[in-house]
Amino acid sequence: MAFLRNTSKFFLTGIFILSGFLVFNSAKAQDGKALFNANCASCHKMDAKLTGPALLGVEERWKGNRKNLHAWILNSGGFLKTGDAYANNLYKEYNQVQMTAFAGTLDDKQIDAILDYIKVWKPAVAVVPTGGGGEGESKDGSLLFGIITLILAIVAFTLMQVNSNLKKLSDDKEGIPAAEPVPFWRNKAYIAFVTVVLFLIGGYYTTKGAIGLGRHRDYQPEQPIFYSHKVHAGINQINCQYCHIGVYQGKQATIPSVNICMNCHMAINEYKGEQLYNAEGEEVSGTAEIQKLYKKAHYTPGKPWDASKAEPIEWVRIHNLPDHVYFNHSQHVVAGKVQCQTCHGEITAMGEVKQFADLSMGWCINCHRETKVQFKENGFYSIYEKFHEDLKNGKIDSTKGITVEKIGGTECQKCHY
Amino acid sequence: MSDKKYWQSFGELNNSEAYQQAAKDEFKEQLPFEGTESIMDSKTPRRDFLKYLGFSTAAAALAASCETPVRKAVPFANKPEDVVPGIANYYATTYVQDGEAVSILAKVRDGRPIKIEGNDLSAITKGGTTARVQASVLDLYNTARLRFPTIDGKEVTFEAFDKAVGEAIGTSPVVVLTSSIVSPSTKEVINQFVAKHPGSKHVVYDAVSYSGILQANAATYGKQVIPSYRFDKAKIIVSLGADFLGTWISPAEFTKQYAQGKKINEKHPEMSKHIQFESVASITGSNADEKILHKPSDSGNIAASLLAALSGGAVTITDAAVKKGIEKTAKTLNAHKGEALVVSGSNDVNVQIVVNAINEAIGANGKTIDWSVPYVSYQGVDADFAKLVDEMNAGSVSNLFIYSANPAYTWVDTNKFISGLKKVKTVVSFSGINDETTQLSKYVIPSHHYLESWGDAEIKAGYFSFIQPTINPLFKTRQWQDNLLKWSGATTDYAAFLKTYWIAKLGGEAGWNKTLQDGVVNAAAAETLGTASFNSSAVAGATTAVAAKGKGKYELALYQKISVGATNGASNPWLQELPDPVTKATWDNYLIISPKLAKELLKIDLNDNGQADAYEVNPPKKVVKVTVGGKSITLPALIIPGTHPETVGIALGYGRTDKLGKAVVESGKDAFIFTSLKNNTVSWFADDVQLELTGDLYKVALTQTHGGYDTKQGKRTEVMKELTLDEFKENPKETREDREKELAPFGGLEKFEKEGTIYPYFDKPGIKWGMSIDLNTCTGCSACVVACHAENNVPVVGKPEVLRFHDMHWLRIDRYYSGDMENPNVVFQPMLCQHCDNAPCENVCPVAATNHSSEGLNQMTYNRCIGTRYCANNCPYKVRRFNWADYTGADSFPDNQRDVLNDVVMNMNDDLTRMVLNPDVTVRSRGVIEKCSFCVQRLQEGKLKAKKESRPLQEGDVKSACQQACPTGAIVFGNVNDKHSAISITREENKLRTFYSLEQLHVLPNVNYLVKVRHIDEEHEGAKKEEKEAEKEHA
Repeated sequence: MAFLRNTSKFFLTGIFILSGFLVFNSAKAQDGKALFNANCASCHKMDAKLTGPALLGVEERWKGNRKNLHAWILNSGGFLKTGDAYANNLYKEYNQVQMTAFAGTLDDKQIDAILDYIKVWKPAVAVVPTGGGGEGESKDGSLLFGIITLILAIVAFTLMQVNSNLKKLSDDKEGIPAAEPVPFWRNKAYIAFVTVVLFLIGGYYTTKGAIGLGRHRDYQPEQPIFYSHKVHAGINQINCQYCHIGVYQGKQATIPSVNICMNCHMAINEYKGEQLYNAEGEEVSGTAEIQKLYKKAHYTPGKPWDASKAEPIEWVRIHNLPDHVYFNHSQHVVAGKVQCQTCHGEITAMGEVKQFADLSMGWCINCHRETKVQFKENGFYSIYEKFHEDLKNGKIDSTKGITVEKIGGTECQKCHY
Repeated sequence: MSDKKYWQSFGELNNSEAYQQAAKDEFKEQLPFEGTESIMDSKTPRRDFLKYLGFSTAAAALAASCETPVRKAVPFANKPEDVVPGIANYYATTYVQDGEAVSILAKVRDGRPIKIEGNDLSAITKGGTTARVQASVLDLYNTARLRFPTIDGKEVTFEAFDKAVGEAIGTSPVVVLTSSIVSPSTKEVINQFVAKHPGSKHVVYDAVSYSGILQANAATYGKQVIPSYRFDKAKIIVSLGADFLGTWISPAEFTKQYAQGKKINEKHPEMSKHIQFESVASITGSNADEKILHKPSDSGNIAASLLAALSGGAVTITDAAVKKGIEKTAKTLNAHKGEALVVSGSNDVNVQIVVNAINEAIGANGKTIDWSVPYVSYQGVDADFAKLVDEMNAGSVSNLFIYSANPAYTWVDTNKFISGLKKVKTVVSFSGINDETTQLSKYVIPSHHYLESWGDAEIKAGYFSFIQPTINPLFKTRQWQDNLLKWSGATTDYAAFLKTYWIAKLGGEAGWNKTLQDGVVNAAAAETLGTASFNSSAVAGATTAVAAKGKGKYELALYQKISVGATNGASNPWLQELPDPVTKATWDNYLIISPKLAKELLKIDLNDNGQADAYEVNPPKKVVKVTVGGKSITLPALIIPGTHPETVGIALGYGRTDKLGKAVVESGKDAFIFTSLKNNTVSWFADDVQLELTGDLYKVALTQTHGGYDTKQGKRTEVMKELTLDEFKENPKETREDREKELAPFGGLEKFEKEGTIYPYFDKPGIKWGMSIDLNTCTGCSACVVACHAENNVPVVGKPEVLRFHDMHWLRIDRYYSGDMENPNVVFQPMLCQHCDNAPCENVCPVAATNHSSEGLNQMTYNRCIGTRYCANNCPYKVRRFNWADYTGADSFPDNQRDVLNDVVMNMNDDLTRMVLNPDVTVRSRGVIEKCSFCVQRLQEGKLKAKKESRPLQEGDVKSACQQACPTGAIVFGNVNDKHSAISITREENKLRTFYSLEQLHVLPNVNYLVKVRHIDEEHEGAKKEEKEAEKEHA
C-alpha cells in the first residue's frame, strides 16, 4: 500500500505541476480565449473562413474602429442599417446571413477582451507529444542508490571476512581451538540473510506487479480512424462537450456518434493542417482518415447524406474501470468543476489518445483527499452548517478548505455499490 | 403493553429445542465439505491444499502475463435525441393484465425498461403498485415468450399469416374472445371488425370473474357494473371473504384507501375498524382487527343473518362464534350508519344481492359506495362464456380469435371447452406466451408485451390511463389490435388509430403529447358520491336461496395468491420466489389447513414440541390427497393458523404447462379443476371434500424460520410492538414509557445514545439517512419486496436453494402471530438492514468490507468482502445475505454455477433476462455478503441532482425503491438532519408510537417503526378492565 500511495503522490504532483503550468501560462489572455471559444469559435476561425470570416486582423479591416465593431457584434442587423460600406459588403459576401446578435450575451468589456485575444493570437506551434504526466519522475536516482548500496554491501562483506580472518588469527595465537572454518556460501547465517533479502525483493516486485495487473497507464491503441484530439480540441479548439455530450449530464462522457462527426465533416472533407504523425512516427494523411469516416457514414461528398445508413465506428476503448466501480463524469465536471485534463492529461496535444492516469483506487482516493469541493459556491453544501462555522472561526484551515474526503468522499459506498 | 407473546413459528411459541438451536446458529448448515462431516475428515488433505495453492498462484501469474483483451467502445451511429447513455428516462404507461389496470412509470435505461414505479398523477392508485405490477417488467424478458407468428407450429411471415387467416375466415362470422377490455379505443377496433364481418360478436371471459356482483347489481340497481368502493370513507369495514387488500378488484387502490383509515393522528387517535369473515387465512384477514372463521358454504347464510340481525332479526347460524360475531358486527354497523361498508368476495349472485341489501340498510349507498364512477375493468359474465362453450360444441362457431383468455386452463370444464375448440374451423390466438389455449390453436400471432404496446385504459368511468411503448418489440410480434384493423381492411395501424381516436378529445397534438407524458386523464373529482336507486324485490328470493347448507364435513376454498394470481404469475421467477405474506412459502401451491385439522388429519400436535419441530424444521411436508366430485389432486399440507378447522385452501394459478417458462416447471398443481358452475356463476369453493393422508412427503420451500433469532425476554416485544386502540387512548405514552423503562439502566431515552456505550460519539454533519415504517398501515402486500428485487439486482436462487435457507431477499416481511392458535392476530413487520449507527456487523469484519458512512449508511463493499460471514453471524436482525453460488453469472468461472443452480436460475442468466438488471448496481459474485443499501444508487443520484442545481436536497429527490412501491405510504425515507423533511416530521408527529427494534442493544438503528394499533372491540377492553380491577383488589 505504501508503494501505491507514493507512486500516486508522484502522479498527483505531476498532474498538479502540469495543470498549474497551464493555468499560469494562459492567465493573461484567458478571459478573451474562453469567451472566444464559447461565443465565436462555432462560426469563426482565426486564420480561415468558416461560417463567418477569419478573424485574424479584424481590427485592421475595420480600420481600428472598435466602436463600430462593438455595435456590429452586439447587433449586426442594426449596424447594417447605418449603411456602413464594409459591413454591407461583408453581409453580401456571406449570402446575406446575419451574424448572431450578442447584445445581452456579451458586454463591452468582454468584447474588448475577445478583440485583445485576437490581436495576440498566434498559430499554435506543433508541440512534440511529451507523454503522460508522471514520466519525469522515473529518473529518481534509484540506479545510483542501487550502485551505492551494492558497493557498501561488498565493503561490509569484505570487512566482515577480514574481521573473521583476524579473529581466527588472534584465536590461533592465543591457542583457543577454532572451529572448522565454514566457507561463506555454506554459512547458514549468510544463506538465511540472502534468502530473506531475495524474498523481500521478490515480494516487492511480485506485489508491485500484482497491483499493476489490469492497470494500463500509457495505453495507446491504434484506432480504426486516426482521430487527432490535437487537431480538433487543440488547434481548432472545439469544446470537449460538443462531441462528448454526456459529460455534463451523466455517468458516461459518451463517444460521439457518427452524426455528430458529420455535423462538421459534411463540409470539411479535406485536411489542410500541418502534417500528422502517428505514435510510430509514420505520416498520416488527414484527408484519407476523413474518407474512412465517410465510408462508415456511407456518405458521398456532394450528395445528400442519409444518416440512417450510417454504421457505428468501433473505437478501441482506452479507459476501463472495473464493473464494481461507479464513476460519474457529470459529478466531477459539473459539481466538482474538475478540468478534463486533470484525469485525461494534456488531451489537446495528443494525436492518438493515450491513457494518462493509471485509474487505480489509490489515484482516485488521493485526489479525493486533496481536492477541495465547491463548498461555498455550491448551495448543496449549505446544510453543512458546522463546517461553515468552523471555516469562519478558523477551526478548519481555510487554505486546506473542505476536501472531498471531509464530506465523506473516501467512503466505500461513494463509488462501490 | 400487554403480556401477549408474539411468535413467528410454532417452535417459537413452544420454545422448542429446534427453535433454540436455530436461534443460536446464523447459518443452518455446516460449510459444504465434500461428503464429510467436518473439515477434519476432509478428503482434501493439507498437501493437496498446498498443491492447489501453488497451482492457482502459477495459473494466476500465467493468466496475468497474457495480453489484456482489447475492448471496443461502440457509440450510436445516429444518437436518438432523447437517449443519453447512462441516464434513465421515465415513460408513463399502464400495466394491464386480465382487466386489472394500474397507471405506472417505466424506468428506461439505455433503451431498456428495467423498473416499474407507480404513477403519482393517477387519482386512482396515487402512485401505489402491487407485487405483480412491480414484477411485470421481468415478463418482458421471459425467454419463453413467443417470438414469431406460426401456423401449425411452423414459422410464417406476417404477410403469409394475414393471407392464410384471410382465406380461412373469408366472410364468415368471427367470435372475438377476450378477457375484460378496458381500452375504449380497442372496443372501437373490435366494433369495426365486427361490423366488417357480419354475424361476429365479442365475448368477454374473465378467469376470475365478478359475475356475481355484476348480475346482483343489475338485479337490484339496474346497472350491470361494479361501483367504486370507498374504504377511506368507511369507519367500519366488514368483508365477507373479500380479499380486497390482496386480489379483489383493485387491490392497489383499496390498500391506499384502507391505509387512510388506519393512519393514526396521535392527538386524536381514531381509526377505522375492520371485521373480516373468512375461511382460509388471507392477507386481508391478517390485517383485520377482528376475524371470524366460517365454512365457505356458510357465506350466504352469514350475509342473510347479518341482514336479518341489522333489523333485529334472529341469527340462524348454529356455530356459536360466528353467531356472536354476526350479532356484534350488526350492532357495530347499526351504530355507524352511513359510514360503514360491507363487501363480499362471493361470486354468487344471490349472496351479492343480500350484500347489496345490507349496504342499503347501513346507508352505504352514496356514502361509502360511489355509483357515479363505476369500474370499467371486469365486465365478464360467466354465463356468456358458458353459452359460447355450448355453441362451440354445437358446431355453430366457425372462427374464434382469442386474446388474453386461457379457458383451456381456467374454465370449470376444460374438457368441454377443448372438445368445443376442436369443432371450431379457424382458431387464432393472439397470446404472447404459449399458454394452454394457444397450444391448441392452429394460428398463433403473438401480441406485444404491454411495455412494447400502444394503448389506453379506462380504469373507472372517466378515469383514463395511457400505454406507450417503452422499447422496440424484441421479437417478431404484432399488437393484436393491428391484426383486427388489418383484417377489417383498415389502412392505418393501431398507433395511428389510437392517436386519431384521442386527439380531438384531448385538444389537438399538444394535448395528446401532454397526456402521453402524464399517462393519465382524471375525471374531475365530485364533491359527493353518486347514488343509485335500490330495487329490493330480488332480496327475499335471494335470502331464501342462500340458506342452503354445504354437504360433507370438509370444504375447500380456492384463493389467489397476491404473487402468482390466477393466470400468468407462475411464469415469473420474482413472483414465484416472493414468500407469500400469509404462508411464507415460495415456488409452490399447497393445501392450507388449520392446526386443529393438522392434529386430526396429519397427526401433528403443534403443542407437542417434538411434533411441531418435526413439522416445521424439515422441508418435506406430508402430502394429502384432496378429492372433490371424483376429481383429485395431491398436495403437501401447510398448517396456517387463522384457517377454519373444517376448511382447506388451495391457491389457483399453479400446475401450468411447461411451455410458459422454466419457472413453472414442477411448480404446484392446478386447482381450477375444483371450480364449478353454481347458479350460472363460477364458484370458488367446493363442499363434500374428501381428505386423505397419502404417506408421501413433498418439500415446500418455506422461509418462515430462515430469519430466526432469539430475543432475551422471549415475547418478541423488543422487536415489534402492538397496542389496542383503547390502550393507546388510555395511555398514549405507553410505548415511550416502556422504552424509558427498558433503557433506564443505560442512561434513559435521552442520554442513551451517548451513555449506553463505551464507543465514542460521532458527529453527523450534512446528511443522515433514516427510515420510518408504520406497522399500522403496512398490510404485508410485498410490493416493496419485489421492487427491491428489481432495483438492486437481487438474485433469484430457485427452490432448491430456498430449501437450503439461501434465499436472498434484502427486505423480508416477518409475520407475527399472537393470541389464539386457531385464530390469531397477525402483525406484519418489514425487516431490512437497520443501518445501525453502532453496527455489530462492522466491528467483526476482518477486512473492513462493511463499515459506516458519515451519512449513517451501513456500507457493504462487495469487492472487498472475502466471505467470512462473521457480519451475518453478528447481525441481530439477520438481514445479511450470503451468495452461496454465482446466482447472477457475475463470475468468470462457469463452475460456480454448474450442478448447483437449477434451470430457473440459469435462465435468469440468459442474455435476454439479464437485460432487466440495473446497470447502476453491481452484480454480486459468489462468496460475498450483500444486504439492503438504502438504495444508495438512488441517494447518490438524488444528491448529484441537487449538487448540479446548486441547492440543498429537497423532498422527493430521493426515494428508496421500497418506499416508492408502497401503496400505503407506510415507508417514509429521507434526511433526518433536515427538520423539515418528511422523515423528521413523521418521527415528530408520531413520537409516542415511534420505537426501534431491539433498541436496548444500543446498535442505534436508523430505521424506526411505528407501533401497530389494533382496533379491537370494547368488550375485550371491558373484560380487561375488570381483570385489572380484580388485580388491584387482589393487591
